[in-house]
Amino acid sequence: MFEYAEAAVEAAIAAGARYADARVMDRRHESMAARNGEIEGLTQEQSVGIGVRALIGSGWGFASTADLDTDAARRVGAEAAAIARASASVPGADLELTPVEVRQDSWANEVREDPLAVPLAEKGDMLATVTRTMKDHGADTANAGYDIWDTTKWLVSSEGHRIDQHIVECGARMDATANGETETQRRSYPGIRGQYGTRGWELVRELDLPGNSARIAEEARALLTAPECPSHDAIDLIIGSEQMALQIHESVGHAVELDRILGWEAAFAGTSWLDLAQLGSLRFGSDLMNVTADATLPGALGSFGYDDEGTPAHPVDIVKDGIWVGTLSGRDSAALAGINESGGAVRGDGYNRLPMVRMTNVGLLPGDSSLEEMIAATEDGILVDTNRSWSIDDKRLNFQFGCEIGWEIKNGKRGRMIKNPTYTGIGPNFWQSLDMLGNESEWTFWGTPNCGKGQPGQIGHTGHPSVPCRFRSVRVGVRG
Amino acid sequence: MTAPMDVCERVLELVDDGVEAEVRVTAGTEALTRFATGFIHQNVADEARLVHLRVVVDGRVAEATTTQVSDDALGRLVRSALDAAALQPVDPGWPGLAPVASPPDIDHWDDATASADPAARAERVGAFVKAADGLETAGFCSTEGLHVAFANSAGQRLTGRTTSAQLDGIARTGTSDGSDRATSVRLADLDGAAAGREASRRAREAADATDLEPGSYEVVLSPSCVVNVLAFLAIYGFNARAVEEGRSFTRIGEAQFDRSISLADDVAHPLAAGIGFDAEGTPKRRHQLVERGVTTAVVHDRRTAKALGAESTGHAVPGGGAFGALPANLVLDAGVAAPDELVVNIGRGLLVTDFWYTRVLDPRTIVVTGLTRNGVWLVEDGRIVRPVTNLRFTQSFVEALGPGAVKGVGSDQTLVGGATFGFGAYVVPSLHLAAWNFTGGAKG
Repeated sequence: MFEYAEAAVEAAIAAGARYADARVMDRRHESMAARNGEIEGLTQEQSVGIGVRALIGSGWGFASTADLDTDAARRVGAEAAAIARASASVPGADLELTPVEVRQDSWANEVREDPLAVPLAEKGDMLATVTRTMKDHGADTANAGYDIWDTTKWLVSSEGHRIDQHIVECGARMDATANGETETQRRSYPGIRGQYGTRGWELVRELDLPGNSARIAEEARALLTAPECPSHDAIDLIIGSEQMALQIHESVGHAVELDRILGWEAAFAGTSWLDLAQLGSLRFGSDLMNVTADATLPGALGSFGYDDEGTPAHPVDIVKDGIWVGTLSGRDSAALAGINESGGAVRGDGYNRLPMVRMTNVGLLPGDSSLEEMIAATEDGILVDTNRSWSIDDKRLNFQFGCEIGWEIKNGKRGRMIKNPTYTGIGPNFWQSLDMLGNESEWTFWGTPNCGKGQPGQIGHTGHPSVPCRFRSVRVGVRG
Repeated sequence: MTAPMDVCERVLELVDDGVEAEVRVTAGTEALTRFATGFIHQNVADEARLVHLRVVVDGRVAEATTTQVSDDALGRLVRSALDAAALQPVDPGWPGLAPVASPPDIDHWDDATASADPAARAERVGAFVKAADGLETAGFCSTEGLHVAFANSAGQRLTGRTTSAQLDGIARTGTSDGSDRATSVRLADLDGAAAGREASRRAREAADATDLEPGSYEVVLSPSCVVNVLAFLAIYGFNARAVEEGRSFTRIGEAQFDRSISLADDVAHPLAAGIGFDAEGTPKRRHQLVERGVTTAVVHDRRTAKALGAESTGHAVPGGGAFGALPANLVLDAGVAAPDELVVNIGRGLLVTDFWYTRVLDPRTIVVTGLTRNGVWLVEDGRIVRPVTNLRFTQSFVEALGPGAVKGVGSDQTLVGGATFGFGAYVVPSLHLAAWNFTGGAKG
């Protein structure tokens, strides 16, 4: 496949590009879904093609095709350069690229059990069984599913990169919905999006869907008669690690994307409340807050060997002892911002999408408390977990999140289950109220397989190491 | 380019007799020119192609897709699907293939849009940037031309094609953003300068906004906001899968909406874009969902139709089997008032340009939270008094359009693309609503 990428890059350079790179990608995706004890869908997708990126002046041109031969590769290489040239009619300052060591390398993640080799019948039996169990334990509707992605990509750049990578990702999910007179309640496991990683089928086995199916169905049914989450303008809030993953993703991960900070996403995804002039000095959160973007974490969904610009994966400090110190960046955005090296965070969703800044594994480093210690230390509070809804403004400041389930905390003990818990806040104020942080034994590498960004739209796979946390004086129970 | 129907026929020839099979091939060009901080920074074109196959062997269902069309690749596609189906349990909900039926006579196509080059898109971007008159700008201009072919082993053969073009941008002062957008089957309909002027005017008039106490306010919602409201009603309410699972608010025959609300799905509407059949090969017809406030129907694919004893309404979506059915071409009837007249009729309320990051809190009553964006103004006694900072709302979209809740419907029916989280395009006017529940300022 390298020969097609080389032909494309040569054609782009011959057509006037001052830099070009090309990726051939072969991605297989298998997914199966079951509902109420029956398999409802099995899909096997294969997406193969080549995408070429060419830089002329201030603009990228990108062209892609599913035709894989040398002539087609040359055609889209030249087209990418022509598109970049057309961009010059509405120009900006020339884009520069931060230097990166040129490598020729191969990389693959560790897979103990090839998920595509596990018999379909075995995978289907698991899904059918858990949905049947949920139905038997009170769910009106029970869903379960899994996804497997097996991606091989070959990168060539005009600077000499020649890198191939094989990345296997998989995971599973299930949910139970119970209908009441005027409402529905849902419980998901292990999270609203399931759990995914750069691992083999061993990840799905460890999730133990069968062992949790009865419980979540019973919880969904119980939520129908649970009291509503009370409204408080300010109360102590303990958040479980799955919801914390969403909190990190939305209010930290997107906020520190350098393309957003530079205004490149202003019309669609939005900008960021962060100002580069305050990088290194702005207090983002309390002293307990330490966030990294680390694509080297084994098994996490945002892990890889090299990003789609050929930058080697490496950990980047984002927030250190509560101070904002880093961004998610690529070679062009880093150069424009005056940052010495790319953060290695540029990836494209398939061969036909322009690589752009995406989260890697953006997560909290653990502290020294356990969830039970947080509960014991809380006189009057609310405990919530499992994301249900998420909304945040275009600067990533004002958020309102809902969870599937909550519990009152009274005098250091977990009390009544409550339904429809929501909480709202302003990013830095909220993070500065963090006063207890889960310990390493509770550190979970949550995977988000559906992060949307870009135009045309791209779906990114991101990882979010997280732990349970306690925040002080949070507004909860927002009503419509 | 290999003709999509030829690929369909080649795939069907590879499937054994006695196996139910359907093939859908999409091919064409999708291109998008993106600008930010006043210059074009991303500019892409994809020779799009996808072959989708669904096979049913003795009631056992499997699907497979590929981007490749060589004989080897199509052979692998068929073997993969058949091998997978053989290992599946029987699907008791399988409704069978779509029967032979002819599609409506529509052709939302424009040659110039299908073949538009990056210079044509850049020209409109340049006009937008220039018309913003010194304000920072961002947005995109896109064109696409897609051919779709469908064939199944029951004899159904369908072809369709559609073009679309979108221009969507913002202008920015130091304290505010203003937006404007346009969607059409024809790129020639998109006026970059006009859009840039309008976005710039809104941005300047929204500058130096001040806070407003949260609470319930009358609102005039622009077409882009109205599309957002209808998208949630479509996903969580009019989707027959939600009805089947007891999650939908809809009650056929009941006056669940204001009398001024009449809503249909109609791909043949003169302003619409799209093709005349769905992902399962069922032709689309005008389908009335709400008539003068009374809920009259929901939308079905073949699976929900079988489950509920109905007919498919032609609303299956690609890959949507587990999700249900979606209307791609909603049309909300226009009223007689110009948007300015709607504002004049506000006692005390807000004029809202765009919604942002709307997410459902309660799928049954469709309580949704989200924020305003790109310009909000306080209106008192019919006059715009001042811009206000963005607000968060938490509002039941069903109640917002309920009996007595709609005070006016605009005459400004507009096609808005990307309606249902990127899928479909709706034709809608502005709406004046009696109450909208704002639950907080964007600053906290």
